[in-house]
Amino acid sequence: MQFETVIGLEVHVELKTNSKIFSSAPAHFGAEPNTNTTVIDLGYPGVLPVMNNKAVEFAMKAAMAINCEIAEESIWDRKNYFYPDNPKAYQISQNDKPIGEHGWVEIEVNGETKRIGITRLHLEEDAGKLTHAGKHSLCDYNRQGTPLVEIVSEPDIRTPEEAYAFLEKLKAIIQYTEVSDCKMEEGSLRCDANISIRPFGQDEFGTRTELKNLNSFNFVRKGLEYEEKRQAEVISSGGKVEQETRRFDESTGKTILMRVKEGSDDYRYFPEPDLLPVYIDDEWKERVRASIPELPDARKKRYMEELGLPAHDAKILTMSKEIADFFEATVAAGAAAKLASNWMMGEVPAYLNAENKELAQTKLTPENLAGMIKLLEEGTISSKIAKTVFKEIIENGGDAEAIVKEKGLVQISDESALLKFVNDALDANPQSIADFKEGKKKAIGFLVGQIMKASKGQANPQAINKLLAEEIQKR
Amino acid sequence: MSLFDHKLTEIQSMIERKEVSIPDLVDESFKRIAAVDGDVKAFLALDEEHARKQAEEAQAAGKTGILSGIPIGVKDNIVTKGLRTTAASQILHNFDPIYDATVVNKLREAGTITVGKLNMDEFAMGSSTENSSFQKTRNPWNLAHVPGGSSGGSAAAVAAGEVPFSLGSDTGGSIRQPASFCGVVGMKPTYGRVSRFGLIAFASSLDQIGPITRNVEDNAHLLEAIVGVDPYDSTSANVPAENFAAGLTGDIKGLRIAVPKEYLGEGVSEEVRQSVLAALKVLEGLGATWEEVSLPHSKYGVATYYLLASSEASSNLARFDGIRYGYRAEGAENLIDLYKKTRAEGFGDEVKRRIMLGTFALSSGYYDAYYKKAQQVRTLIKKDFEDVLENYDVIIGPTTPTPAFKIGEIIDDPLTMYANDILTIPVNLAGVPGISVPCGFAENGLPLGLQIIGRHFDEKNVYRVAHAYEQATDFHKEKPKL
Repeated sequence: MQFETVIGLEVHVELKTNSKIFSSAPAHFGAEPNTNTTVIDLGYPGVLPVMNNKAVEFAMKAAMAINCEIAEESIWDRKNYFYPDNPKAYQISQNDKPIGEHGWVEIEVNGETKRIGITRLHLEEDAGKLTHAGKHSLCDYNRQGTPLVEIVSEPDIRTPEEAYAFLEKLKAIIQYTEVSDCKMEEGSLRCDANISIRPFGQDEFGTRTELKNLNSFNFVRKGLEYEEKRQAEVISSGGKVEQETRRFDESTGKTILMRVKEGSDDYRYFPEPDLLPVYIDDEWKERVRASIPELPDARKKRYMEELGLPAHDAKILTMSKEIADFFEATVAAGAAAKLASNWMMGEVPAYLNAENKELAQTKLTPENLAGMIKLLEEGTISSKIAKTVFKEIIENGGDAEAIVKEKGLVQISDESALLKFVNDALDANPQSIADFKEGKKKAIGFLVGQIMKASKGQANPQAINKLLAEEIQKR
Repeated sequence: MSLFDHKLTEIQSMIERKEVSIPDLVDESFKRIAAVDGDVKAFLALDEEHARKQAEEAQAAGKTGILSGIPIGVKDNIVTKGLRTTAASQILHNFDPIYDATVVNKLREAGTITVGKLNMDEFAMGSSTENSSFQKTRNPWNLAHVPGGSSGGSAAAVAAGEVPFSLGSDTGGSIRQPASFCGVVGMKPTYGRVSRFGLIAFASSLDQIGPITRNVEDNAHLLEAIVGVDPYDSTSANVPAENFAAGLTGDIKGLRIAVPKEYLGEGVSEEVRQSVLAALKVLEGLGATWEEVSLPHSKYGVATYYLLASSEASSNLARFDGIRYGYRAEGAENLIDLYKKTRAEGFGDEVKRRIMLGTFALSSGYYDAYYKKAQQVRTLIKKDFEDVLENYDVIIGPTTPTPAFKIGEIIDDPLTMYANDILTIPVNLAGVPGISVPCGFAENGLPLGLQIIGRHFDEKNVYRVAHAYEQATDFHKEKPKL
């Protein structure tokens, strides 16, 4: 039997406000345990929450960026459950009236665009963190009260690939709004997935399972791929998919049963009596809306139309605002768009990956990158030399032109100077000449390589090719 | 005669004339506590050394305001930094707060000196202070009787002359009912008047802190010191503090009084009814008029209250889990076991009863029938009050249906106990201010209280009426013989 997969995602994104959502404690990541806390975060007797307006604005911004309708009146609810990372034994969240509803995100898979619906975006407080150490469990409440938005998608996703594309797009959009870093490794973006399958043509959904412990977008894709196969096997062998929560195991790539759900959990939601409803008027909405920068899709379109970039380049560059901003600044500093794009998609990420660094941690600037690209464009340096210059400017900074001059890296285009390199190479490699004359065109490549080596990469490759062709005929 | 038989303004002139010093006042308080608290059992904790030191410092610094140097007792559900605060619960038996409630900060600014923490029903759940985990407070007028609750310690301490005034909290009558039972003046302000930051929550949408004093004027002064919007309490109202005492002119000519028929009907004892009718005569004599009105939904008040207050309490009290502070049970085998044992051993019966009731009312499948329905009824009750107060200046009735009952008399009968708050609960549900002032004595010699209810944020008018009535009567001058 052929099955159709139905996927819905729940994404939690931490908002990077200075202080927490209901207390004045700092909200940043990485402090000593229990230092970013006040009596409010610790759930002391008698404390009351006070709403951080900035958190609401950030949530509005995120909601608007994913095309949600913004509530005029949004209310806080208590979600009651006992756990040591939840100091009040209730989480202040939003049940009935979230900040945003009915949004959508457009994704592109295999060249086709598709709209994924967003059911809702609501604001809530994050919980603390438990570390289990032998017989003890340690509680760190630094994260308690960090503002968090939960974004719930409609069950519009049909393949693990679409889920991956959705997450990439969502992350890019949220990052553009600058309300979150969206770093999965620091927990500022987390994702759970609901997945079910049904025979093609069937209207009603199959029984779904919920996947947890999906610690990268890749694991989301892998977990879903495993799970759609597992469910199909269960059904094909006459079994029934149980409504359950499953954990993705990174080492085996399988999903493992955590617990079976019996009905839905009863969190006994009720309106939070310690907080007033949030009233959002048009003036506030418009002020927030005006603060949203150009989003990835708009930017992609502009790169294609105004800079003449291919769709592929425009998509890759705009996936991260940091990269896109850097790219634009490089072009503004005088670099040709396509060349800048090549570098931003090629050498730059290759270097960052190899060194495990962020762009901001390097000495590369749009100005020195543009300077280098200009030298390349003018033919002052070869692309081989450019790689050397690039390594220099990304590691130590400085002006490309000055470096080229100082290190004598200028490309040699002067024919008389090149002729010596060419003839030296031909003299030293008679076999290559013979090979060439027998029709082995590859021999030319070998000779160019020898010349580049002898000239320490400074020889102009185009000129060499031309001279070689001429000189070889004379032999 | 005790120093505390004088009203505040008199005490302050005595200090000015150097007839009495601030250390004398604090000394008077601790002497009286030493003499009578063994019988009354109002205090759970004393802060004598610190209080005496503060008194010396205040005396040296010189007089500043009407409240400076005056000893005060604070109900044990209001957190005091470094001074044990238990809410009269075993589950907080060892809890020393690391911050002060907003009202405590405000009192410090006003210069009062906290002598100790006052007994109450555990987490303010009860009407007799018998639900305290630690001791039973007794009514200074008759030690066999309850002082009322939940602010029983706060009312008894003032009635017994241990402190000139105290702070209580009122969720369904917990200031007014014990004030009535103990023959003192107790004000529950408008919801939002006084910050709740640092008040250990029972029912967040109903709780209010308020003053308990020997007379109306002192009460007005104390309230003025603790009101105001608080950036730490989003439900505190941005209504400026008022000089409530300035309105105590004794003049109530033309005052229009509403008397709800439900407040003098079934369940209200005859002697209570008669005392209220007599009080209305006194007020008529001062130029007021009264008419009978109806608060038709107030009969649902107790049921509505026990659903809403218990629902909120079930959530508010969930933080007492033995993890971060307070009591933690020994010998737990795992996390769930730790929660169960800690809460089973740490909470008393009444608290457990309300947590279970509230948990049930909020449960999926029951929420609409209970919690949500109760919220709807609350809206109707509030509207009843607003409708009546559109045409009348105040609503008057008894504070309680009967005078103080005996210790142990109804503790095993929760429904009868709950019915004791039938006249005070609707006021909390409506959020309006209400005061109880002494209005006579029952045959058994126990005090009775008159309840005066006003419009939202119209405490000034409530005080004016209470004061005019007080000045026209002598009940407040009577003192228990201890």
